[in-house]
Amino acid sequence: MTVWPGALPCCVALPLAGAVLAFLLPRRVVAVGLCAALATAAGSALVVANVTAGGALRYAIGGWGAPLGIELAADGLSALMLAATAAVGLAVSVHARDYLLAAPAAPKAFWPLWLFLWSALNALFLSADLFNVYVTLELMGLSAVALVALAGGAAALAAAMRYLLVSLLGSLGWLLGVSLLYHATGTLDLELMAARAPHGLALAVPFGAMTAGLLLKTGLFPFHAWLPPAHGSAPAPVSALLSALVIKASFYLLLRLWFALPPHGDGLALLLGVLGAAAALWGSVQALRQRRLKLLVAYSTVAQLGYLFLAFPLGTELAWRGAVYLALSHALAKGAMFLAAGCVTSRGGDDDIGRLDRVAQGMPLTLAAFALAGISLAGLPPSGGFVGKWLLLQAAFEQGQYQWAVVLLAGGLLTAAYVFRVIGHAFMQSPGAAVRGAPGTMQWAALLLAFGAVALGFLAPWAAPLLDGVVP
Amino acid sequence: MSGGALPLAIVASSLVPGLVIFALPERAVAARSALNLAGALLKIGLLVLMMYGVFHGRSYELRVPLVPGLDFVLHADALSLMFVNLSAVLWLATTVYAIAYLERSPNRSRFFGFFCLCVTATVGLAMAGNLLTFLVFYEMLTLTTYPLVVHRGTEAARRAGRSYLAHTLAGGMLLLAGTVWLYAEAGTLDFTRRGFLAGLPIDPRVLVAIFVLLIAGVGVKSALVPLHGWLPRAMVAPAPVSALLHAVAVVKAGAFGIVRIVYDVYGIEFAAGLGVTLPLAVLAATTILYGSLRALFQDDIKRRLAFSTISQISYITLGIAIAGPVATVGGLLHLVHQGFMKITLFFCAGNLAETLGVHKVADLDGTGRRAPVTMAAFTVAALGMIGLPPTAGFISKWYLGIGALQADHGWVVAVLIGSALLNAAYFLPLLRRIWFAPPPARWPAERPHPGRAVSLALVLPPFLTALAVLAWGLFASAPGLPLHWVKFIAAWEYAP
Repeated sequence: MTVWPGALPCCVALPLAGAVLAFLLPRRVVAVGLCAALATAAGSALVVANVTAGGALRYAIGGWGAPLGIELAADGLSALMLAATAAVGLAVSVHARDYLLAAPAAPKAFWPLWLFLWSALNALFLSADLFNVYVTLELMGLSAVALVALAGGAAALAAAMRYLLVSLLGSLGWLLGVSLLYHATGTLDLELMAARAPHGLALAVPFGAMTAGLLLKTGLFPFHAWLPPAHGSAPAPVSALLSALVIKASFYLLLRLWFALPPHGDGLALLLGVLGAAAALWGSVQALRQRRLKLLVAYSTVAQLGYLFLAFPLGTELAWRGAVYLALSHALAKGAMFLAAGCVTSRGGDDDIGRLDRVAQGMPLTLAAFALAGISLAGLPPSGGFVGKWLLLQAAFEQGQYQWAVVLLAGGLLTAAYVFRVIGHAFMQSPGAAVRGAPGTMQWAALLLAFGAVALGFLAPWAAPLLDGVVP
Repeated sequence: MSGGALPLAIVASSLVPGLVIFALPERAVAARSALNLAGALLKIGLLVLMMYGVFHGRSYELRVPLVPGLDFVLHADALSLMFVNLSAVLWLATTVYAIAYLERSPNRSRFFGFFCLCVTATVGLAMAGNLLTFLVFYEMLTLTTYPLVVHRGTEAARRAGRSYLAHTLAGGMLLLAGTVWLYAEAGTLDFTRRGFLAGLPIDPRVLVAIFVLLIAGVGVKSALVPLHGWLPRAMVAPAPVSALLHAVAVVKAGAFGIVRIVYDVYGIEFAAGLGVTLPLAVLAATTILYGSLRALFQDDIKRRLAFSTISQISYITLGIAIAGPVATVGGLLHLVHQGFMKITLFFCAGNLAETLGVHKVADLDGTGRRAPVTMAAFTVAALGMIGLPPTAGFISKWYLGIGALQADHGWVVAVLIGSALLNAAYFLPLLRRIWFAPPPARWPAERPHPGRAVSLALVLPPFLTALAVLAWGLFASAPGLPLHWVKFIAAWEYAP
């Protein structure tokens, strides 16, 4: 197969064009949106195929190369992120078509914003240049905030406002770091910068600012307070996007930053590991205490993010692979879980966990989606979550850092506890009549995405070579 | 057929029907039952094919990469064939029974779907070729039996399910920890005859720690005291589920895991050298006595049977941990024999509950006259549990006793005798009530049923399994019967 770098700009341009068209054609917005989603997914698939066949790709926009022009670059890690985005994006698009029927005005705002967000995400994963990354970060943040506000109501607006402030603050941190680094190295290209990296304070300050900004945007404990209200009050398809993709984008940047400019000493890495462990435990305990399904799922995101940060103190290739795999699996599983929650709220109205029995009996597909996604989150085999957890555990045992293994194992049990707290209600024989199920397309969208999270458990032999040479 | 296809087909023969059944509407009773039975029969057919192949020196192995550096392996060795056979045969019996038992109850598609998946997990676990594959199916078994335990949908069922999950998932976590740690230290997980750890430069203290983690992990399912709490509570499940849980699927998976870990991971001599087998034997002996003692004081028939299971499963562990060829024969033989005896007892208890509403020991009076075939089967199995000749239970306990003496563990014989007395103490009063007490004027909750007290599909499975209990005892040394097979395994394990 011949390698075609032109697939890279397609991934950015197609959703952008779709967004513009959807904005211009409000009466055909759903058709335009779905077509654009399909086209974008096809573009992403093309990039993945190209990278699988021919290794890393670079594309200079307008023919102008790195120090002067804008370059797009895709390696195995970008390809995997694009693939996860495409999978979640397609499922969310299908789900949203029916979900948004309840609010007639919502589709007109949702589709342009969502395609815009998709374009920003793809651009972020493909950017080789730190300033462009800043631009994509801002675009991503703004469209995400607007999507949260879509739910309407005081709670959603307050959550969106808080999210906006956090997002801007995070981006500012990144911008500060980038400008300091640019001053020191005279370049914005991450690879060139790695070669000319400064030492001492000149590296530490920008590195710290950028890391802090990204942590804020990722929602790592204790910077997570904005996350549950934002993810819990947004419309379900939006929650799926935020939890599955948006926070992964800033985590992805953090990985890139640490791969390119590994900090000296392991104090910061240790701190991230400790915060990750705290997030895993705190988020799980909070999830156990929630009465509303969507808040439970949102707190679960806080907890699951924590595991990703356990790779930092371990720092071996195996650990990074585990974290990436865990991030991908979490994207699919959490997307599926929010979509399943969306099926529940779209018909049952409220998502009180204690009253789920009536809802669940009308929707076995939704319940299956939730259960399969939960299995992956808890790291039970066979699933993507299991493979990721296995790799991290192996890294921890190989280095004799048993404390991280304990966190991973205990976190898995806590996850199972809150997942089965929901499922346990669903098996109860309820006295009332079952609620009529959500449309089949919505339920299948959630279920197929959950199948994807489980199928990732078998795809590791295919995905692993993509990360060769990318993770240190 | 090539080496990998047959193990896969044996797993798929229950996986595919299970998935199809989920999609069937509730009222498609005939299609569902046909699928169930076809899957069960197909599995036995494929197994016969595989045993024929193995007998003629062919080896079967399916190997697919799963995690970088580690494969998903299904293979057939003598030990796995023994367990697969047990599961396949008893699954067929339980399927026939369950179809009749659950007639006209709600959510049957869900039930039989998970029922098939549960057997899939058991069969996969039996054929697992390394510890990772074992772990995958072990967790799958946990997840697929949970819906069966909570099937009734009552508050009690939910609590039982919670207890079941809390125990088994915690066990799974310990098993995972031990497995990863072992892999990080040893670099392989493939089950190997006589183990793969001897000669590796690993700190013995680490090996002991890993052993404790692994055994605790599988010990939850095999209900080793103090990890047994879930088993009596899980009795709220419908009778076919209890039968499957106690005879084939869950507790046996735990016991089978102990066999695998001691023989094919550590190697029995290496494990004995580490000094971990004696504590395991003591733990097993404690469990045997504890389970029997608790069983004495249970009013509920199913609960009494549950505590009896806790005790009886540990005979297997004891046989393994004594570390001698004859004791091994006893332990492995009990894995098969206990399956047939316990499944008979649960079938019969289910029949009593279903047709006469008898749940308590006190209500057993005169049931022998009302349901003679069922209660005759119950009697045979109960005598087997005590270990009286000419039942299967006698044969396995005989080998256990001889094996213990041969390995200079005289105290084990005392435990065996003590447990046999306790077994007699909690089973014989039941038999007296069943056969010699007058029946009550009316049964607690008799289901109106034309003709026979119990329908044929409910009577036939326990009748046949009870017949097997007698046959395994009377013709124990006949070729092709469990004893023959088990001796072959033990000889293989202890061959120089």
